[in-house]
Amino acid sequence: MSSDPSSQTTNTVTLSQARLVYDGVVLFDGLELALPQGQITCLLGPSGVGKTTLLRLIAGLATPEPPTKIATHDDASYMAQQDLLLPWLNVMENTVLGYRLRGKVRGALDLDEMRQHAATLLSQFGLGSALHQLPATLSGGMRQRVALARTLLEDRKLILMDEPFSQLDAITRLELQDLAGSRLKGRTVLLITHDPLEALRLGDRILIMAGRPATLGAPIDVANSLAGDTPRDPSDPALLALQAELIKRLRAAHAATRDTATRDTARGMT
Amino acid sequence: MTALRLIVTLSGLLLLWQTVVWLGDVPAFILPGPYAVAVALIDRWQLLLMHGAITALEILAGMALGVALGMASGALLVQFATARRWLLPLLIASQAVPVFAIAPLLVLWLGYGVASKIAMASLVIFFPVAISFFDGLRRTDPAWLDLARTMGASRTALMMQVRLPAALPSLASGLRVAAAVAPIGAVIGEWVGAAGGLGYLMTLSLARGQTAVAFAALALLTALGLILYFAIDALLRALIPWQADSVATDHRS
Repeated sequence: MSSDPSSQTTNTVTLSQARLVYDGVVLFDGLELALPQGQITCLLGPSGVGKTTLLRLIAGLATPEPPTKIATHDDASYMAQQDLLLPWLNVMENTVLGYRLRGKVRGALDLDEMRQHAATLLSQFGLGSALHQLPATLSGGMRQRVALARTLLEDRKLILMDEPFSQLDAITRLELQDLAGSRLKGRTVLLITHDPLEALRLGDRILIMAGRPATLGAPIDVANSLAGDTPRDPSDPALLALQAELIKRLRAAHAATRDTATRDTARGMT
Repeated sequence: MTALRLIVTLSGLLLLWQTVVWLGDVPAFILPGPYAVAVALIDRWQLLLMHGAITALEILAGMALGVALGMASGALLVQFATARRWLLPLLIASQAVPVFAIAPLLVLWLGYGVASKIAMASLVIFFPVAISFFDGLRRTDPAWLDLARTMGASRTALMMQVRLPAALPSLASGLRVAAAVAPIGAVIGEWVGAAGGLGYLMTLSLARGQTAVAFAALALLTALGLILYFAIDALLRALIPWQADSVATDHRS
């Protein structure tokens, strides 16, 4: 399996010499990133450093500048910080949104079949009785569960997640991590998070992005440092020790970014 | 409760009106009392109904045409940058032309029949519909559009399944304004020159000193406007049940 990342695993996404300028500020230049197939890569770093922009680049939502080269082998499924549920569609229809939007595609399952899959997934997520409710009637945790179900139902090999659980309370967040962790196995995931614990519970590798222009530090190989399968037990002493180490590194990353950033470019770009 | 409040308010106003007429000894051709208006309504109901039907037709056809054109323009503006560059300034400039001032031109070009009034009504409502729809379409949450794009949605799917429903609350504001002003357009058209309709009946009866009939026509026109507004409002509420309402405007409470 992919337990030894030093060996030549195939990369689902390879980004090289990435350059992006936003509002006259060089966010990154010559950035290299590879997402090994079947692994969860967590991306941490200070706000405004360009993590979201990097993810949007891979998702095809932001246009890179030359000489950026992106090689992606799979279409991505995208999950954002907000649940992005459409308020006029009920839980079920929001979950099958991708299939509704694409319409009848040859070879794809028909919408009714997808609804059956969605119903199964949603009831596993504890939403079995809410299928026909509108998003406005749901709690934040329930809404994010629907968003997770929608992301998983897309059935893409590559999943890009931008702080998907950051707006939830601590306990709900742990629950969502449990749900996500067990279902993301085998897929290539890039997960942006501000929560070191979340990265350590879910990640195979952790990257820290810092500086301006931003660079990525050497990956922290969580899969080999910690015993146990994802989602890992948050009370494991080894995990907590690694968390302390990670926080130390993040502090250094924050300081480095503060020093190099000449302008405040928070502007919602995390 | 609302109905009761309405009846109380209305009876109060009618009573006040009748009192003014009695005490002031106002001649009937200047200000007929509500009683005289009611008599005119009953006695001349066939005449009123005939002209009312013409005006109602003008308003409804004008609404349909104006809403269709307005929505088409809004969609065109949001879909094509070229349309935005060329049509948007024109659209805004066209609002500087007082629509009422071109009513005689419309009568000249389209004749004394219903066509010129339909054109008038649709012109009056075109702008609020087009602009509110355009605003709603372009203010669609970009994050929804991003999500839909990563899902491989086509341009048409983005428009029909994301932008259009997202624009409905904004379009609804435009449609409510349209419902309120469409009768004005039709009546102005009738004043300028017509062969029928409540506006025509009003000018005609005023010229003949039959002020009570003019008032009866006015009452009918008001009723038409109210019916139109509340029908549109009810339709919109049924179409957009998911829109959060932070103020109680419920007519049933």
